[in-house]
Amino acid sequence: MRPVYIVSGGVSKFAKARPDKTFVGMVKEAYDYTLADIGIEHPQFFELVDGTVASYFSDHFTRQLMAGIMAQDYLGMIPKPSHRVEGGGATGGICLQEGWKAVASGYMDVCLAYGFEQMSHVETWKGNEFIAHASDVTMDYPVGGFYSGYYAMMVTRHMVEFGTTVEQLAHVSVKNHINAYHNPYAQKRQRLTIQDVRSAPMVAWPLTRNDICVMSDGAAAAILCSEEGLAKLEKASGRRLPRVRVTGIGRGTDAMRMADRPHQSFDDFYKYNALPNEQSDDARAYYKDLWAKGFRYPGVHSFRAGRMASREAYKNAGITDPLKEIDFVELHDAYTSSEIQTYEDMGLCRYGEGGPFATSGKTFMPGIDYGLKLAEKPVCPVNPSGGLIACGHPVGATGLMQGVFAFWQLQGTIGKHFGDPALQVQNAHRGVIHSHAGTGTYVTVSVLENEK
Amino acid sequence: MTKKEISQRIEDTLQGTVVFSVPFPTGDDLSMLKEMSPIVIKQPYAIDYNYSYGQDSPFFAALANGRFIVSRNPKSGYTYPNPRGHDMYSGTENEWVEIVPEGKIHAFTVCHFGSEAFLPECPYILILVEFEGCDTLFLARLIGADPDGASLDWIGKKVKGRFLRNAKLKPTDIYFNLVD
Repeated sequence: MRPVYIVSGGVSKFAKARPDKTFVGMVKEAYDYTLADIGIEHPQFFELVDGTVASYFSDHFTRQLMAGIMAQDYLGMIPKPSHRVEGGGATGGICLQEGWKAVASGYMDVCLAYGFEQMSHVETWKGNEFIAHASDVTMDYPVGGFYSGYYAMMVTRHMVEFGTTVEQLAHVSVKNHINAYHNPYAQKRQRLTIQDVRSAPMVAWPLTRNDICVMSDGAAAAILCSEEGLAKLEKASGRRLPRVRVTGIGRGTDAMRMADRPHQSFDDFYKYNALPNEQSDDARAYYKDLWAKGFRYPGVHSFRAGRMASREAYKNAGITDPLKEIDFVELHDAYTSSEIQTYEDMGLCRYGEGGPFATSGKTFMPGIDYGLKLAEKPVCPVNPSGGLIACGHPVGATGLMQGVFAFWQLQGTIGKHFGDPALQVQNAHRGVIHSHAGTGTYVTVSVLENEK
Repeated sequence: MTKKEISQRIEDTLQGTVVFSVPFPTGDDLSMLKEMSPIVIKQPYAIDYNYSYGQDSPFFAALANGRFIVSRNPKSGYTYPNPRGHDMYSGTENEWVEIVPEGKIHAFTVCHFGSEAFLPECPYILILVEFEGCDTLFLARLIGADPDGASLDWIGKKVKGRFLRNAKLKPTDIYFNLVD
C-alpha cells in the first residue's frame, strides 16, 4: 500500500435545518472551502482529481435515489469515476477509508471524499423512524424501533455490570457541549452543567435529551492523495502543503440485532479481541475477575466492532498503548453512553472502567473551564470539537467532519478555521477518528499523523 | 369525420395544492433572488409493502398459535431466540425448537419519545430477555410495570411471555409481564 495523505478539508455549517440549500448546495459549500484552503480553483482541481467517493446514509431522508451522482454533477466532477458508500452512522468514516483505499491501492493519485445528510425534511419523530429502519425490520423495529431506546438498554446493562452512573454519562455531555462552545461549526454551543443534563427531558431512561446527539443538515469534504498527487496539488497551489498521513485504518462488524451478539468466554476474548495493552498479567487478572463476576463479551454493553476496528487500525499504525500514544480522539458520541463504551473498545481504559475514566479529567481539553472538579490533568482529549452530541450528526457527513477536524488539529490550524484557538490540542502529532453505525454493526477507526 | 378534441391544458385543481401567488420581482432586476427565502413544500409519501418473512415465517406462525419457537443448531446446540435459518458459527442449518417463554430481564429502558409509529404508545418499556438454554437475547415489550418507576432493580427480574389473543403477525404478538 502507498502512503496516503489528507491535504485539505471543509465542513459546512451544521444546523437543525438548512432550508437555504439543497444537499448538493451544502456539499458545494464544504467543497469550496476545501479548495479555497489550498488556494486552488475548481477547474484546476478538476484537471488533477482522479475521482471521488460520495457518502450519505439514508435514501429515506433524501427522498432521492442516486443522490450521490447529483452531488457529483453539481460539483462539476462528472465524468470522473465515483461511487456512493453507505454504512449507517459509520458512512462518513467508511467514505474516508474508501478514499484512502483508492489512493493506497494506486487506483487514484488524488481522490475527493464528500458526504452529506439533510435530515430536516421530516419531523424529528419521523426521522427517528427512518433511522430505526436501520435496525432489523422483522424483529427489532416493530417492537418499538427507536435508536435511543436501543442505546438506553445498553446503558442499563453497563450500569449493572460496572456500576456506571448517570453523572458519569453527564460528564461527557458537559465536556462535549462546552468544547463546542468554541467551535463555530457546531450545532449546539452550550455551557451545560451536570444538573442541566440530568434535568433535561427524559428520552429513553436513563438518557435525557442532553445525552443524545441531534439530527442535522450538513456536509463535509476532504482531499486524499498519494505522494505523486501531493506533488501535483502543491504545484497547482504554489506552496508546500502540510503532510498529514493516514497511517492506519481498521474496521469491524457485529450482529445487526444487538440481541444476537454473543456472550464470549475469557479465552475467546483473549484469542480474538484483546489489545496489546491488555496482555499484561495485571490486565489478565483484572479480566479474569470480571468474568468470574459474570461479565461476558461483548454482550450489549460493549461494541466488539469498535474493538476490532481499533485493533486493526492500531496494528497498522504501530500503536500498542493507545492512551499514551494518541494525542486526541474524535469518536462517535451519538450518546454519552456510547462515548464511555467506546473508551473501553478503543483501549483508552479497560472494559468496565469507562465511567470513572469519563470523570477523571483525562479526556478533557486543557485550559477550558468546565465547571467541574476533575482529579487528573488531560491526557488524551476526546471529542475536542464537541463531537456528535454538540456538533450535530448529519450522518453521511459526520465521519468526514471528524476527519477534517482531526486534520486541522494535526495541521495546527484550529485557531484559523474556528476563529478561536481554545480547542487546538498543542503539539498534536497523532489523532484517531472513530465512526460507528447502528447498535455497533459497522465501525471504522482511522489513525492520522502529521509529518513535519 | 370530426376531429377528436384533446385538451391542451392540465386542470389546476387536479394535483393538490393550488398556489395563487408567490412573491417575485416584477422588474428585470433578478439579483435580489439570491436573498430569497427558500420555498418549502409538503410531499406525502406512503407505501404498502408485500413483505415476506421468508425462512422466518414459522416463528410468526408459532406466535399466532400461542407457541414460542427458537432457532437451535442441532450440532452445537447454540440457540438463538430470534429466528435465524443458519448458525453464524458453523454456517449450517438451524432447527426449530419450542421453549416456554419465561426468563429474566437482561437490560431495559422506558421510551418517553420514539419513532412516529410508536409515539401514541409512549411511555413504553423495552426489555432484552434472557432465556434459560438460549445463548443470545430477545427484544420485547414489558407490560404491566410502572414506566415512572424505572429502576436498575428491574434487571434480573423474572418475566413470563403472553400472547396476543388475535395475532398481528408481528414480534409483538408476544409480550412479557413481571412474575411476582
